Amino acid sequence: MTDIWRMVGQRLLLGLLTLFIISLVIFGATELLPGDLARELLGQSATPETLAALREQLGLNDPAPVRYWNWLTGALQGDFGMSLANRRPISDLIAARLGNTLFLAAYAAALAVPISLVLGILAALWRNSVFDRVANAGALTSISFPEFFVAYILILWLAQGGLFPSMVRISPSTTFWDMLYITFLPALTLTLVVTAHMMRMTRAAIINLMASPYIEMARLKGMSPLRIVLRHALPNALAPIINVIALNLAYLITGVVVVEVVFVYPGLGQLMVDAVSNRDIAVVQAVALIFAAAYVLLNLLADVLSTITNPRLMNRR
Amino acid sequence: MTKLITPRDISRRGLLRTAAAATAAGLILPGLGGAAMAQPKPGGVFRLGIGHGSTTDTLDPGLWDNLYAQVFAAARHNQLIEVDANSQLAPELAESWESSDGITWVFRIREGVTFHSGKTMTMDDVLASLNHHRGDASTSAVKPFFDAVTDIRADGQNLIVTLEAPNADFPYLMSDYHLPVMPSADGKIDTTSTDGVGGYIVESYEPGVQATLTKNPNYWKSDRAHFDGLEILSILDSAARLNALMTGAVDVIDQVDPATIGMLESRGGNRILSISGNAHYCFPMDSRAAPFSDNNVRLALKYAFDRQELVDKILAGHGSVSNDNPIGPANRYFHAEMEPKTYDPDKSKFYLQQAGLSDLTVTLSAADAAFSGAVDAAVLISERAAAAGITINVEREPNDGYWDNVWMKKPFVASYWGGRAIEDQMFTTAYARGGAWNDSFWDHDRFNELLVAARSEVNEDTRREMYHEMQQIVSFEGSVIIPMYNNYVMAVSDKVGTPDKISANWNLDGFRAVERWWFA
Repeated sequence: MTDIWRMVGQRLLLGLLTLFIISLVIFGATELLPGDLARELLGQSATPETLAALREQLGLNDPAPVRYWNWLTGALQGDFGMSLANRRPISDLIAARLGNTLFLAAYAAALAVPISLVLGILAALWRNSVFDRVANAGALTSISFPEFFVAYILILWLAQGGLFPSMVRISPSTTFWDMLYITFLPALTLTLVVTAHMMRMTRAAIINLMASPYIEMARLKGMSPLRIVLRHALPNALAPIINVIALNLAYLITGVVVVEVVFVYPGLGQLMVDAVSNRDIAVVQAVALIFAAAYVLLNLLADVLSTITNPRLMNRR
Repeated sequence: MTKLITPRDISRRGLLRTAAAATAAGLILPGLGGAAMAQPKPGGVFRLGIGHGSTTDTLDPGLWDNLYAQVFAAARHNQLIEVDANSQLAPELAESWESSDGITWVFRIREGVTFHSGKTMTMDDVLASLNHHRGDASTSAVKPFFDAVTDIRADGQNLIVTLEAPNADFPYLMSDYHLPVMPSADGKIDTTSTDGVGGYIVESYEPGVQATLTKNPNYWKSDRAHFDGLEILSILDSAARLNALMTGAVDVIDQVDPATIGMLESRGGNRILSISGNAHYCFPMDSRAAPFSDNNVRLALKYAFDRQELVDKILAGHGSVSNDNPIGPANRYFHAEMEPKTYDPDKSKFYLQQAGLSDLTVTLSAADAAFSGAVDAAVLISERAAAAGITINVEREPNDGYWDNVWMKKPFVASYWGGRAIEDQMFTTAYARGGAWNDSFWDHDRFNELLVAARSEVNEDTRREMYHEMQQIVSFEGSVIIPMYNNYVMAVSDKVGTPDKISANWNLDGFRAVERWWFA
């Protein structure tokens, strides 16, 4: 087990380094964007004098490295600072939205992961059957449509008749069960979008193993096909499946801005888009770091889990 | 020169003016002000779905720039002066105002008005709220309008404003949405507070998402703010907005996509409000740069625009043709009798010849950031202009950074104006010599002379003539092509009662739907 902990420690340190490099890249990229915060805030009504006054107030006149350094030292002390645009603490701005994003991601994952595992296993079991073809075709169809299209179709079928709300409104009095109800459509949209990837990976990994000699042995011993798949094939197929699930979970956290817009869901994606278009660098950095951290952590988790499921990796010398 | 303007005076004269303007625009409704007028009644929570709003929105009034901020502000704040449904000035926190010479303006400030916090509004609050937009350190969007103000001081309940030069329209500035009265401390307003004297008290606000407000029980206006509460939601996606209205999640939406209007109307339960105001879509040309420096070239382009087609196709009929006139039918001195510019390739060719050219190639830069449908409009214009021997290359620009890198940088671009309640403000903003937003860099001696003279002219008829002449000059010698006025298109649930006359001054009844409308 100590090997595992050493690996986790190493990966975390590397992850920090990755985050640092990402923050540099993000800062550089936002510097390349035309215009700055003062210009975006004032928009069409900007005059040279008001621009100069606002830039002075916001500290935009410092050279880029100085601004990056100020931000970095603040962030290292756990202070992400104020949003330059509306002077609200960034931690406040992000906290509620991060919660919403994680909730939606968890909800969608709770629907999508079991569905895709079960469908994938059954499809492998009944390979080339009608079930296999229908499941594959259905999953591929839903992943092939753009997210907003899937979302609009669901609204047309499920929301306009009054079955589910078409937009998500969260208030402090919303209970957990209400949340599950009002966020059902966005969660379902995301489920439809991510299921195909995980399901097909499960199916492919299991089918791949089904050709190996030890499975043939099991079959010759007269085991039931279900038992062969669950007891012998699945544990060995877990590593690639876990990796794909981790990737999709990361996607659910970072890439759902379209779904957020259609369902008016207050998540991190919309915050990021607003911050980029207004050049609110401090917010962009903070959100980008959260996204990057989500990828780093989920990949780490995937590595650890696949190591644990594979004794050969656990005891390599 | 003696001039005394009181609100009573304004409304009496205003009635005549508006009647004239309304007839000119074909807007007069039968039974206006008759017995059929619906009576407002209190109650209900009014939910608005607004197609603007961003997580970066601020509470600093100098930086408000979108409809969400404007409506949210109208719900919780008052200004000194309000523009009523007939585009006339009406007293709000200022009970009356007067000036004997147009230079020194005296505003009588209402007494006994309290903020939501319970604090009584004082002259210090009024002063601080105005001074926030003055001085070198100010970051306010209306700072340029205060350049002409040399002094603001209080004398008892009187607010005394001194100007550099006479301006008969100065009180209109006090109706600007950037100028709410906010509570102050040490001569500064708190730009992080939502406290105001308006009809609703803010319960919660999350920028770019929603605001929840409840009725202000101590609101000084007894005949306004009929709802028990408001929920102002930011819904950026136009399909999501439409869905929200159709599923009953909101009671009103703005910026209805023209393509969906027919379907929404046939579905029932909602009605479309299409209000023609002074807002317009325009195409400024850099008058300093060849070939646009030649007025013949500008005229050739103006006659190469098929304006009616643009109104039909880009606005789906929810708008009207403009004769390159930034002054709209809702303005007092709108000049309706100018010779119209119809689509006429032959005339276009004639003006090209006058300019000594046989053909013309120009580049038009457009992005939907200018107005929705701007790129389509540019392509349509390019197609029609080809018949006149004018090649217009349409350059599609990114929305992001449009106002920074394209507008007032490239020679021929798409743009828009929200329209202004008064002619002087519109002209000073975008057409005066050296104006910060003179986006065509236009400089016309006679026009600039008239602009200054008209400000202090007290004779109504002379003033009207002056403004008519200015419109004529802008239309035929100006460097901005204005093909159309765009309507404000909103959709409201049939549960909502609206006044017979809805303000054309700005969107959503001059932002005041929150306090002028009610549940029927």
